[in-house]
Amino acid sequence: MHDVSSDPAVHHHTAPTGFLRKWVFSLDHKVIGKQYYALALVSVFIGIVLSWLMRLHLAWPAWPIPLLDKLSAVGAPAGVMTPEYYLSLLTMHGTIMVFFVLTNAPFAAFGNYFLPIQIGAEDMAFPRFNMMSFWTTFVAWLFMMAAFFVADGPPISGWTAYAPLSAVGGDAGPGLAMGQNLWAISIAVFCIASLLGALNFISTTLDLRTKGMSLARMPFSSWAWFVTSVIALLAFAVLLPACILLILDRTAGTSFFIPAGLVLSDKLQPHSGGSPLLWQHLFWFFGHPEVYIAILPSIGIVATILPAFARKPLLGPRAVIGSMIAIGFLSYMVWGHHMFVSGMNPFSADLFSIPTLIITIPATILTLLLIGTVYGAKMRFTSAALFCLGFISVFISGGISGFFLAQPSLDTVLHATYFVVAHFHFVMAVASIFGVFAGTYFWFPKMTGRMMNEAMGKWHFWLTFLGVYMIFMPMHYLGLAGNVRRYSAFVDDYAISLIPVHKFITIAALLTGAAQLIFLFNLIWSRFRGPVAAENPWEATSLEWSTSSPPPFDNFGGRHMVVYNGPNEYGVDGPQDYIMQTSPEKARSR
Amino acid sequence: MATTTLPPSAHIVVDDRGSGSPPKAIRPGHVTASGAHAEKSETGVWIAVAAISMFFAAFTSSMIVRQGVTPDWIHFQLPRVMYVNTLVLLVSSYTLELARRRFVATSGSAGATTEAAKSLVSKGMYWMYVTGALGLLFVLGQLLAWRNLSAQGLYLATNPSSSFFYVFTATHGIHLLGGVCGVLYVLARLRRTNGVARHSGFGAFSIYWHFMDILWVYLLLLLVFRF
Repeated sequence: MHDVSSDPAVHHHTAPTGFLRKWVFSLDHKVIGKQYYALALVSVFIGIVLSWLMRLHLAWPAWPIPLLDKLSAVGAPAGVMTPEYYLSLLTMHGTIMVFFVLTNAPFAAFGNYFLPIQIGAEDMAFPRFNMMSFWTTFVAWLFMMAAFFVADGPPISGWTAYAPLSAVGGDAGPGLAMGQNLWAISIAVFCIASLLGALNFISTTLDLRTKGMSLARMPFSSWAWFVTSVIALLAFAVLLPACILLILDRTAGTSFFIPAGLVLSDKLQPHSGGSPLLWQHLFWFFGHPEVYIAILPSIGIVATILPAFARKPLLGPRAVIGSMIAIGFLSYMVWGHHMFVSGMNPFSADLFSIPTLIITIPATILTLLLIGTVYGAKMRFTSAALFCLGFISVFISGGISGFFLAQPSLDTVLHATYFVVAHFHFVMAVASIFGVFAGTYFWFPKMTGRMMNEAMGKWHFWLTFLGVYMIFMPMHYLGLAGNVRRYSAFVDDYAISLIPVHKFITIAALLTGAAQLIFLFNLIWSRFRGPVAAENPWEATSLEWSTSSPPPFDNFGGRHMVVYNGPNEYGVDGPQDYIMQTSPEKARSR
Repeated sequence: MATTTLPPSAHIVVDDRGSGSPPKAIRPGHVTASGAHAEKSETGVWIAVAAISMFFAAFTSSMIVRQGVTPDWIHFQLPRVMYVNTLVLLVSSYTLELARRRFVATSGSAGATTEAAKSLVSKGMYWMYVTGALGLLFVLGQLLAWRNLSAQGLYLATNPSSSFFYVFTATHGIHLLGGVCGVLYVLARLRRTNGVARHSGFGAFSIYWHFMDILWVYLLLLLVFRF
């Protein structure tokens, strides 16, 4: 396999010709990146449909939803979902979106495709692990999808699978027998896949940088993928044992998470002494870093793309990198802020509140530097640039509510309400997805060799941007008005006066979801009919723009790239206003 | 292509990994044989060591929490055979070092060419077999410990202490069996590369194996003091 005399930088495998090796079980990081992207794309539309179903039910609880009874005759008799089935859909929406979209798309998909190219490597450090990592993720996805088709449907315990509900089995409600088993197995398998992926990302960054590519010269997106992979390595290594203990509680009769004296469906449970809080600690020790696994790659993507369209260097490049590292480090100290109302010791809540407020400092620095980069710039308003600006907007909107939620006294009131739903959708979900959209419009020419349609891209941006504000802004109001989350309908109680707001949100969600079809159409249409892309259509500096679109199998066609500059040389004097990383000319005065 | 620096025919030494300084010398046609593959696999193993440490740290903290939260912890005597197992595992680390010494003696990049070198390599491979066999013996010994425990009526679900005992030993055992597969992999690579240890993943494997050893000593101490 490895010839003694061969150059270590040369591909360890040659271009495959067979269909299976080329497109299915490929060792090429570019194909694997596209596979992750495709899986995330399928998953995100499943997730959108699930949110539609929930939103329709929240606004018009008595309406039968066509075909829903075909998916689950028990969960939605005559098309009207039961409260339990609402929770099943809630669980699946959260799980699919967090794991198979927000982890896969910005990190695994773009990271796989572009990390090796941006640092001048010809592939990942361990191509076989890389292939295994995707197919293990796919197996996890199959397990998760299988939960829709078992007798009593997916679990009702939420994407956080709080014990003891998730641990006790079928006596506690629908979906908690086989559905929850499939969930736990799927997540455990997903952990293994993510660990393999993270190992690959870290080794690649440390060992395969090309000549001249110091850490400081890595593009911000590569920095973000690197920091994210360190977070993922340590976070998924904790979720995996947590899942193992959960599976043992469910199948082997152990009592890690199940307390004594639990009576369910008139049956005394044969467990004793376990700690439900232990699950929450283990889960959120993973879960909070997971938030940054979702958002950091998008921050890096935006920090890479924005200067290319602002035609200015990113402000404070060292501070951007430092802030990403600080966020990664602090992300391990704040998990308890998810547990302020869990019954945890209130003194712990105060302790967790402090690093939670501190982590807003690097996040604010990042945001201000992004805004400062745009300040006074002659922006090129492409679709990618618009989504970068949209990212800054939603990241601020979601981040500001974080200041309130970081304080235990306020969170006690707001925690179980729509305020939190608004907060995390803005700051984590929408912001991360905006980074993915920006990345897609920016890198599509490199990945496919064709340009995307800009008119459709701009329609997509404005509809999505206005849409997410129409969906999530009113949720702050709902939360402040005391509207609790996780309820399937508000028919007979104090929240009835808030139903018009729910109807507004539902209509906005239907329209915003539908607007994503423009993106899907653009993606497919441009792949075949888009204008042919040049090598460097955006006049950007990093290494992926120094090779053909799409790159050859070994990324640089046998060339070994040498790097002389950082990725941030925009707005310089001269015939062209930027210096490629591979260009030997020195950075000129601006 | 205007902005790229090199014609496709030029080859540059990739002998340092991102020193940060612009390249000083460009020697066309030269390739290094510095064994970056071996380095890469060692980086990978160190990263895996970090992940596995987190994995067992999570179990450890779970155990401490679970032991403190409810006073239902049964203390029991560890099966004696586990001390023998520990000795077996420690010896396997020693035999691994015996193998390394044989390989170091034939560290040229061309592999074992002389008769003497070939004999050294085959001796090294012999010690690799012994290491793997001791690993298997350890796992077998752990199974004996399980039998001992179940004979006392201590099963997986009997008590949190027995639950954690089985979880610790089983997950460590699975990781160790992965190491035994590593022995077979390294031996296969040694045969293919004519005994060049640094291209066989031997370095990476030995880090992993010693780590399994240290990890076990840690787990044993945890069991001794907590059970």
